[in-house]
Amino acid sequence: MENDFFVDSDKLSGKALEKKHNLENDPSCRTDHMSYMEGMEQISPEIRQKVLGEMESYDYSQYTAADVRRALQNERCGVEDFKALLSPAAEPFLEEMAARAKRETSMHFGNTVYLFTPLYIANYCENYCIYCGFNCYNDINRKRLNADEIRKEMKIIADSGIEEILLLTGESPSMSDMKYIGEACKMAKEYFRNVGLEIYPVNSEDYHYLHECGADYVTVFQETYDSDKYETLHLMGHKRVFPYRFEAQERALMGGMRGVGFSALLGLADFRKDALASALHVYYLQRKYPQGEFSLSCPRLRPIINNDKINPLDVHERQLCQVLCAYRIFLPYVGITVSSREEKQFRDGIAKIAATKISAGVSTGIGDHEEKYTGESEEDTGDEQFEIADSRSFDQMYQDMESEGLQPVLNDYIYV
Amino acid sequence: MSKDTFTLGGREFSSRFILGSGKYSMELIKAAVENAQAEIITLAVRRTNTRQGENILDYIPEHVTLLPNTSGARDAKEAVRIARMARELGCGDFVKVEIMRDSKYLLPDNVETIKATEQLAEEGFIVLPYMYPDLYAARDLVNAGAAAVMPLASPIGSNKGLATKEFIQILIDEIDLPIIVDAGIGRPSQACECMEMGAAAVMANTAIATAGNVAAMAGSFKDAINAGRAAYLAGLGRVLERGASASDPLTGFLRD
Repeated sequence: MENDFFVDSDKLSGKALEKKHNLENDPSCRTDHMSYMEGMEQISPEIRQKVLGEMESYDYSQYTAADVRRALQNERCGVEDFKALLSPAAEPFLEEMAARAKRETSMHFGNTVYLFTPLYIANYCENYCIYCGFNCYNDINRKRLNADEIRKEMKIIADSGIEEILLLTGESPSMSDMKYIGEACKMAKEYFRNVGLEIYPVNSEDYHYLHECGADYVTVFQETYDSDKYETLHLMGHKRVFPYRFEAQERALMGGMRGVGFSALLGLADFRKDALASALHVYYLQRKYPQGEFSLSCPRLRPIINNDKINPLDVHERQLCQVLCAYRIFLPYVGITVSSREEKQFRDGIAKIAATKISAGVSTGIGDHEEKYTGESEEDTGDEQFEIADSRSFDQMYQDMESEGLQPVLNDYIYV
Repeated sequence: MSKDTFTLGGREFSSRFILGSGKYSMELIKAAVENAQAEIITLAVRRTNTRQGENILDYIPEHVTLLPNTSGARDAKEAVRIARMARELGCGDFVKVEIMRDSKYLLPDNVETIKATEQLAEEGFIVLPYMYPDLYAARDLVNAGAAAVMPLASPIGSNKGLATKEFIQILIDEIDLPIIVDAGIGRPSQACECMEMGAAAVMANTAIATAGNVAAMAGSFKDAINAGRAAYLAGLGRVLERGASASDPLTGFLRD
């Protein structure tokens, strides 16, 4: 079964609609997704080749219960063990996997759980990614916060007690250029102790500039590592270029960022292969950049404005839990973030097993923190990227994590 | 019998248990300090100044010496900056130098650690460097002005115990500074063994933070460390490598 992603807005001109349909129906109208666009920095393809090679040859149906048992008994979980843990053969071992994952999490992170919040500062986008609420053909309210509005939002968030912020934009280099994002980072540095970015991929010199402005962590979602599938989902814009996106984290590390985050959006393609590739992407990059800090998240597809039927297909909570436990056992040292796309019960449960970082007080809209945090707003806001499933406030999340026996941590980071 | 103490940077300590604070709930820190009777507690500078009312400094009793660490530093330059920040935050002159350039194993970088130790000692800090147990590096740390040397027992957080035992013993035998065993100590019996070997003190964090009962485990570590120290002072009996010992001397046939 597949999701039905295509939705036409009444507001699109005939010409725009024609282009949209051509992109959707005629692959020859699309650009080559494996070719870099002008100005895109090219680095060594070594890690990409290794990860994709492993992913392509991964036949998870070959793994048996015996392989899973061996993997769980093995003190050091290698790549082969990880493949077994991701396979369908591991599904009956979920409880054992959770127990092992919990032990590893406890050894490396104690009972801590980090809290942060995302701040979307703009939702303009030049890409046509068919599953995303921000896609350029989707009829939503667009907004780009100006400096005063950003400051206002940051102050509201900082006053709530949050010390780590993740700044996000839609992917529009023209509406949200480097200077705009850099200024937002400088401002964020005044209010927060840790500033992360989730923006369109850029060259290493731009990452260096953003690092100088105060950002120290870059997250880029590859969405899917299956390049053929990727091509059918990202029909237009710079995001269409698969290798440039794949190499974003490496360029960020080259630019001086302390840490990088990775993710596939589960539900877009074969989730077991995507989970394998996401973790191997971390694994190989860590070997090349051992000083870097690494994190993984595991979002599943969610409904968006104008398409409430989008869903994560075969990735149910049990499968998601299996992936997260396998990540933790294979990569005990990485941070694992669980998104507000998941519901309270799941997030509370997984925080005790494998997750180390949870967002709180989340809004994926633009400029609506005042309304969400204080209930008062007179301003127009931009629409959200996807529907969230856990809308707990920061205070509520803090209390809930404590009552689960976890220690909420607001900052474990130093910018040097 | 005189009081059994050891000295760091001119300050005398009677407790030989150094408590790490990285993985605790705030409320448990106080209980752990009390039960362990620790006089030194480490503190990551990157974890200070957190949410109002949740500052870790508020949970640490006054008589306890703070040992801020430079975790998060990837080279000597960053470690020096973090140490200076700690001093500005009012954490005193003690500093534990931790420099790691590997996020997977968090093993210390001895070369950068020596550089940072030299710089910080010059600036008047009482420097306790966390290091991989290597004799040459330890000697360089002595020359750089360290107040003690803190070799790792096994990878941090691993609870695997004295994996580097033979090398730590060499440091204890050869280095004229207190040797404080740090990282990887997983259970009280391992802490006891460190003390039997002649270590000046033992540091632990994960073993206590991940115990079923944090306060009780802290107390248990204290007892084990005291027992090991007493055994060291008493002089351990010999251990036979193999076979038995003849009760009659083998050289009894020799005439004067």
